[in-house]
Parts: sequence; C-alpha cells; structure tokens
Amino acid sequence: MLLGVNNLKTYFYIECGVVKAVDGVSFSLDRGETLAIVGESGSGKSVTALSLLNLISTPPGKILEGEVLLEGENILEFSEKSLQTIRGNKIAMIFQDPTTSLNPVFTIGNQVTETILTHQNISKKEAREKTVKLLKMVGIPNARGRLYDYPHQFSGGMRQRVMIAMALSCEPDILIADEPTTALDVTTQAQILELISGLQKELNSAIILITHDFGIVAGLADRVLVMYAGKAVEYADVDAIYYRPCHPYTLGLMKSVTRLDEPRREKLQSIKGSPPSLIDVPPGCSFHPRCEFAIDVCRKKIPKLIEIEPGHFSACHRVGKGGLEVI
Amino acid sequence: MSVLLNVENLTKYFPIKRGVIFQKEIGMVRAVDGISFFINKGESFGLVGESGCGKTTGARSILRLTEPTGGVVNFKGENILTYDRRRMRKLRREMQIIFQDPFASLNPRMTVGNIVGEPFLIHGVGDDKGRKRRVEELLDLVGLNPEHAKRYPHQFSGGQRQRIGIARALTLNPKLIICDEPVSALDVSVQAQIINLLVDLQKEFGLTYLFIAHDLSVIRHFCDRVAVMYLGKIVELAGNEDLYSQPQHPYTQSLLSAVPLPDPKKEKKRKRIILKGDVPCPINPPSGCRFHARCPIAQDICSKVEPELREVKKGQWAACHFAKPNPIPVG
Repeated sequence: MLLGVNNLKTYFYIECGVVKAVDGVSFSLDRGETLAIVGESGSGKSVTALSLLNLISTPPGKILEGEVLLEGENILEFSEKSLQTIRGNKIAMIFQDPTTSLNPVFTIGNQVTETILTHQNISKKEAREKTVKLLKMVGIPNARGRLYDYPHQFSGGMRQRVMIAMALSCEPDILIADEPTTALDVTTQAQILELISGLQKELNSAIILITHDFGIVAGLADRVLVMYAGKAVEYADVDAIYYRPCHPYTLGLMKSVTRLDEPRREKLQSIKGSPPSLIDVPPGCSFHPRCEFAIDVCRKKIPKLIEIEPGHFSACHRVGKGGLEVI
Repeated sequence: MSVLLNVENLTKYFPIKRGVIFQKEIGMVRAVDGISFFINKGESFGLVGESGCGKTTGARSILRLTEPTGGVVNFKGENILTYDRRRMRKLRREMQIIFQDPFASLNPRMTVGNIVGEPFLIHGVGDDKGRKRRVEELLDLVGLNPEHAKRYPHQFSGGQRQRIGIARALTLNPKLIICDEPVSALDVSVQAQIINLLVDLQKEFGLTYLFIAHDLSVIRHFCDRVAVMYLGKIVELAGNEDLYSQPQHPYTQSLLSAVPLPDPKKEKKRKRIILKGDVPCPINPPSGCRFHARCPIAQDICSKVEPELREVKKGQWAACHFAKPNPIPVG
C-alpha cells in the first residue's frame, strides 16, 4: 500500500459554527492505481485532498483526527520542514483553475524551474534543461522558445499542461488532480485526460482524481469514493459503482446525468432539494431529506460504511448483502 | 409551424484599437461572422460550441444587448435591427434571457420579490397589489415558496437562484427565452431539476427557447434542432436525431467523440478523435475552412476555399467540402 488514509477529520471553526468539511474519510491507494473522489460542490472532496498534504490553513481549519500513511509513515505528524520534502517530491497536485494557479508576473520557464530548484539539489542550468524536457513531454510545441513567455500568452489547455509539467517535475509517487479539466473545453479536456493517463503509465504513479463528472471517472478510475456532506457514502471498484450502485445518492447522481449513449428520455430523473450546508448537517444520515428510500431509522442513526460484497462499501441503512433492498 | 425568429447573416465584429488619443483600428475580432438560422414557434433550438466560438455574442446580438455589426434579425416577421430604442424596449417584453451565473445575475441588494417584479415596474404593468400576487404565483411556478419573496439572493443555493432568474424571465409572458448556459454553473443533481423545470414551462406556456450550451449531452436532451458553431460560424445545423446519430462535419464528430461516457466498459473500448492544438484566434482566422488546421481529414482545397453551409441531407446542413449524405466516420 502506497497511501492509506484512516478516519480523516478536517473541521473549520468559523463564527457561526463548526464546518465538518471532512468527517471520517478512509481510503487506500496503490502504485499505478487511480482513485476518483466524486461528489458535488461542498461535499468535502477538495478539502480531503488538501488535508493529505497538510495544506489546511490553521485557523480556521484543523485536522482533528486521522492518519495519512505514506509508505507506512503518518505524515500528519511530520514537521513543516519534513513535509516540504514530501510535497512535490512524493505527492504533487494539479489544481482546477490553471489561470489563477500560475503567477502572472513570472515567465513560464521561471515558474517551472523554481519548482524544480525548490525540491531538487541541482544547478540552475540543469533545472532549465529539465524544464525544457518536461514542457516537451506534456506536448508544448517549441518548448525552448516558450520558456520566456508569460502565462497570459498561453491558452487554458496549454496552461494546464504547464501545471502538469510542474506537478511531474519531481516524478511524484502520487499525483492529486483536483478537477483538472473543469475549466477546459471538451476537446481540450480529451487532450489533457489522454496526457494524464499516458504519463501515469510511463511513470507508474498513483493518481487521486477529484471530479464531479461521471464520464471522466468511467474512463480513468480504478476505484471510486463517493462523498456527500463530508462523508464517504460509497467506496468500490469502478465497475461496481456503475453497474451495481448501492447507495441512493450514487444511484440518483447516475440517473440525473444527461448522457449521449442512451435514448433520449422525456424527463430526467433528479434528486430533490440541494446539498446541505456543512454547518447544519441533517441528523442521522445526512442524505435522508433528499432520499426517496428514507425510513425512520435514517433520520436518527448515522449509517456506518459496511462491506456488502468484497471491496464494495456503502453507508446506507437500507442496504443489505444483495445491494439496495428497495430496488 | 410558423417561424418565430429568423436570423440572416448576423455579424458582430469588435474593433481592436491602439493609441491613447488618436485611436487607430488595427484589427477586428470576428466574434460572430455571418450566422443564419431560424427558430419555429414552440421549438427549442440549441447553439453549441466551445468557449470563444461566439455563441453568447450571437445571442446577445439577437436581443441587441450588444449592437450587431450587420445582418437581419426577423422577429415575428419584422426586422428588429431597424427598431429605435422605444420600440425595442417594448419588444423586449417578448424576448427574455436567463443568464449563466446565478450568483452574478441577481442584484444582492434587492429582495427576491423586487427582482422578479422589476420587469413590471420597467414596463409599467399592473398595480402594486396585482404585481405582488403575480410575483407570488411566479415563485410558486418555478418551485419556490411564495414567502421567499422577502428574502435576499444570498440566502439561496445556486439551483434556487437559477429558479429566481427563470421566474424573472417569465414575468412578462415572453414568447422567446434565450437560455445562456443556464445549468453549467450548477451541480449535477440540481442541473436535472432545472432542465426538467424548463421543459415543463415550455409545455405549459408554449415557450420558444434558444438554448446555448457547451455541453453536448444537455443540448441533446433539451433541443429539437441544433447548430454547432466554430470560430464565429455555424459549421453544422441539423435536427437532434440526425446530428447525434450521423454527424456530418468532422468538428461535430470530434466534439461528440470527446464527450466522456458515464460507462466504464463503453468508455474503455471507445476510439476518440483527439484534435491537435487549440482553437485559433478569431482576429486572424485561418484561410479557407476555419477548421482545416485541426481537421483530421483536411485536403489541399480546405485551406484555399471556404466551404458553404449546404444542405447535405434533408434538414441537415454542413459546411464541409467532404460532407455526404452518408458520412464517412472520421478517425
């Protein structure tokens, strides 16, 4: 096991209460594997990713409990200095919006070289050569000439390629991609996704892919963690999630997606209501006010994540050994 | 079926100027470069394309929210581009717009009741009491509580705010509603609610929609006919069924192949057409066919002669030299 996350809890203490952004999430990751964390906005998927690198600003945030085991060592107990050797080197991150994640007043070459120099003990000249190599690897034409260009001279897709080059500069074991293509057009998205999966094969790194798009998950992920209101509600192999979903939320999300591969339907199925505010999470199962299968116990008791078939976990009172009882 | 809106050769160029006092025009951004289409009464017409292809500018030019450079916009048989301000303002009662971002398109200092009722004030319709009653009806219609009229936009979630935007658009019983990416800022579970609401409203009031989106699967669910735009031009226009089952233009084909399918087995077997490069700059569009530099099947002729949008099959138009009634799959 490359990465193991156990019972991670990250809370934010703000004026009007406590935001339980991540509330007891566990998962594991092997080399060469892709785990997708899926959920709607505010479900805690990005905070989970930031917690892995201890990038939560304190205050207001705090990692309350839990372990993040990287090759057996709990990195949450590391000092800031030793964390710095892990960030970038072992675990790297690609952010959602390439426009705001690059500094507009420095050249692309400068920014990529800086990343390399921070994490590796090599000369400036070597770092520069490595930058050119990386930019070529992610498919930027005329890489050497573009070293002196500024971010605004790059298109969105090209900027995201630069971000990927930076993230890969130290050949990390784990790459966290937080909505890497949400800001991009579909044709560019296809290019970037192909690039990421190609590089993964080449470097044999593990990927944590954070997204809300079930289409992207289907193409890239090996395993899927579905989050709702800070909790994991379902965790399974990608095939199990798509062909045997065992949580009403997963099922609802799947049905509300408009898709190209099925006949047009008269009406889309939707989930009523909207995701809850994390300050005021409903008692019992946090999904119960929106769930069409909710019964009394759902309103009172928080469901535990139980294994319903080997490797397939679901947190629902109405789920039995054979899947969702109600369907 | 009668035609409600007919757009002919609509263009919108934005000048690029240089200099402080003596401004010189040094170029043009051809955001919309001669698009033509018509929308029948009661129909949903989709305009799809990537960012920067001119779909929003096109829609805004139809409403004259930005003044178009040239062309004809016939609404109920009259060219509204010749109207003066007063007549135009009167006409706006019949054409409304729903914006993309439900957070930016509602004034944070106005109550929901005032936001939804403001069109009445502007157009001087009804008295106070009647207006209040109508606002409550509208809120109920879009699935909100009439008591919500006293609250402010920040007290609502994204989906609820989009409902407020829809209620505002419906206030004056318009004929045509332009929906500019109405669901792209929303969560998946909420998207479905809003799409269903728009479909229900169309049935109830016989509305006509011009629906703009970049998401091909949303357009497929929603629209009767679809136009695909690339760099300010329509490259393909067809009925929903034809466009999605037999796309003619290589660009449409590659767009469709780039949409990920939510099905792991199908997704792993699938062959993608991955386009090279980025969308070119609309200041200096490529010669000939604008798509030729990225097109997987481009030949010599494509960089020299601009293809006309021609009817390849009944009801299906494509602007490609190689479009045939039975298209050869690209890639």
